[in-house]
Amino acid sequence: MTTMLSVNELKFMYRNKDVLREIGFSIEQGTVVAVLGPNGVGKTTLLKCLNRILKPRKGSVLLDEENLLELGTMDIARRVGYVPQRVETGRLTAFDAVLLGRRPHIGWDVTSRDLAIVDAIFTKLGMEPLRLSYIDEMSGGELQKVAIARALVQEPKVLLLDEPTSNLDLKNQVEILNTIREIVRDHNIAAIMTMHDLNQALRFADRFIFIKDGTVHIHGACDIVTPPVIEEVYGLPVMIGELGGVRCVVPASCNGT
Amino acid sequence: MHTEHGTVPADYLEYTRRKGLWIAGALFLVVLLFILAISVGAVSIPPADVVQTLFGAGTSAKWDRIIWNIRLPQALAAIVAGTGLAVAGVAMQSILRNPLASPYTLGISSAGAFGAAVSIIVLGAGKIQSTMANPVTITNPYLTTIIAFFFCMLATAVILLISHLRGASPEVMILTGVALSALFSAGVMFLQYFSSDTQLAAVVFWTFGDVGRSTWETLPFMAVVVAGATLYFLLNRWNYNAIDAGDETAQGLGVSVARVRLAGMTVAALVSAVIVALLGVIGFVGLVCPHMMRRIVGDDQRYLIPGTAVAGAVLLLASDTVARVIVAPYILPVAVLTAFMGAPVFIYLLFRGYKR
Repeated sequence: MTTMLSVNELKFMYRNKDVLREIGFSIEQGTVVAVLGPNGVGKTTLLKCLNRILKPRKGSVLLDEENLLELGTMDIARRVGYVPQRVETGRLTAFDAVLLGRRPHIGWDVTSRDLAIVDAIFTKLGMEPLRLSYIDEMSGGELQKVAIARALVQEPKVLLLDEPTSNLDLKNQVEILNTIREIVRDHNIAAIMTMHDLNQALRFADRFIFIKDGTVHIHGACDIVTPPVIEEVYGLPVMIGELGGVRCVVPASCNGT
Repeated sequence: MHTEHGTVPADYLEYTRRKGLWIAGALFLVVLLFILAISVGAVSIPPADVVQTLFGAGTSAKWDRIIWNIRLPQALAAIVAGTGLAVAGVAMQSILRNPLASPYTLGISSAGAFGAAVSIIVLGAGKIQSTMANPVTITNPYLTTIIAFFFCMLATAVILLISHLRGASPEVMILTGVALSALFSAGVMFLQYFSSDTQLAAVVFWTFGDVGRSTWETLPFMAVVVAGATLYFLLNRWNYNAIDAGDETAQGLGVSVARVRLAGMTVAALVSAVIVALLGVIGFVGLVCPHMMRRIVGDDQRYLIPGTAVAGAVLLLASDTVARVIVAPYILPVAVLTAFMGAPVFIYLLFRGYKR
């Protein structure tokens, strides 16, 4: 596997306060990366710095040798798709909502190629019946799929997802994460997602980045996810066991001490 | 990369074609209303003769004069102002992420009214005459218009400056607008308290928006500004769709949200200021028309902006026609009627829900 994205010495300040300092990591094509860490540690901030929704003070984000932080916003949007935690609805069909993802590629008006790409993604995600449903009548799971489909029709090389499963039930969580993993493998792109659920991360991610005190505490494959690392990052002792061949993280005691 | 199996879906094309038909239908309605508006009034002219006269083949010199000097500029002003107020409203509702946004939310009309009050009371630009046809004359309409426009733009500048300093958030824009609106209303009250009866009447008269005030001199200016603004909003329709999906989604799609927001507000404020300064305060068109169209074509700005532009023309032209005949021989200023018509239509639409 080849390195496709490398983040070097990324620093972000909010009102003279360091939020991120010296962030550095690299990721390979075809991998799903989970960004982990406690609330307020700057996971979402990191994600937003990668496609310059927030402007880092210094550092670089190299995607295939190009520094994203020096590109124009439309150029970034043609390379990086972003799925925020909160998606607004409106009186739009799912097809129109996904078509919006072609925005970075559209000149004056949509072409038949744009429409065909949108049509294909609905087939790919098994969402054909939803094409002409209004998104303000959709469930949380359906809406999340629409948001992911919208980011995918941007034809990105990297997909950034901010807690893609935070408002979903268990079945939808598994479905969405499976979909993300499939797409990443099929198209040989990379996905970086912030997550809270360590168990879901262990099941669906290939690489793990733990953030603590504004820097990368540790990153690597699933072997770095150990009770000592989790305790250092979250301040909570945990046990890791196997259940039916699947690794599970549970708190060591109920009162958290 | 995903195109291997994609086709252009026929049902989606049919769905968008239907929206296009609605807008075309509304456009046809504008043409019919336009002829009707010119045809009715104190002197009634048959629609066939209206069309003949418009094409330069008039049969009566009297009708020629009525049509070319009075009714045509008034009908055209209704179309232009209706379109301008409506597109300013739809753009602001999207940019500010607020369904109650309209050219009046930002205090632009209050600023215009204050400017008019200053010109009439402080600078002596108005007096009263007791003729039935024209109860109040503003002796120096240019002065009033220019001062009103100046205050509209002053309000706009303050809003944009504060928004710029505070990161162009929709909340800051709306709250600044509400504060300015209250400030200018207080200013009008203050001036009115020290004014004479005639000045007071002139100020109140100015405040009632009336498309009959437009002339062949001011109409082209207003038309150019409205056309330019409509084109600008249409060019930004994808950006507004993106902002409707949430600021972060929009930024992820490469849209510079703060810049689009500031530029859009500037254009919306400019077009509102021009209309308020030339015609006075016409409420409800900017608020209601976008919502009328939302019920028919949905929230997709590609159809919502052109649809709203046409709906604005329909609403103001119809209102003005009714206003001219409803209590004949008195001619009501259209602003009185837009509020009367707008409010019930609005509530009806809310109850009826979306057209499927």
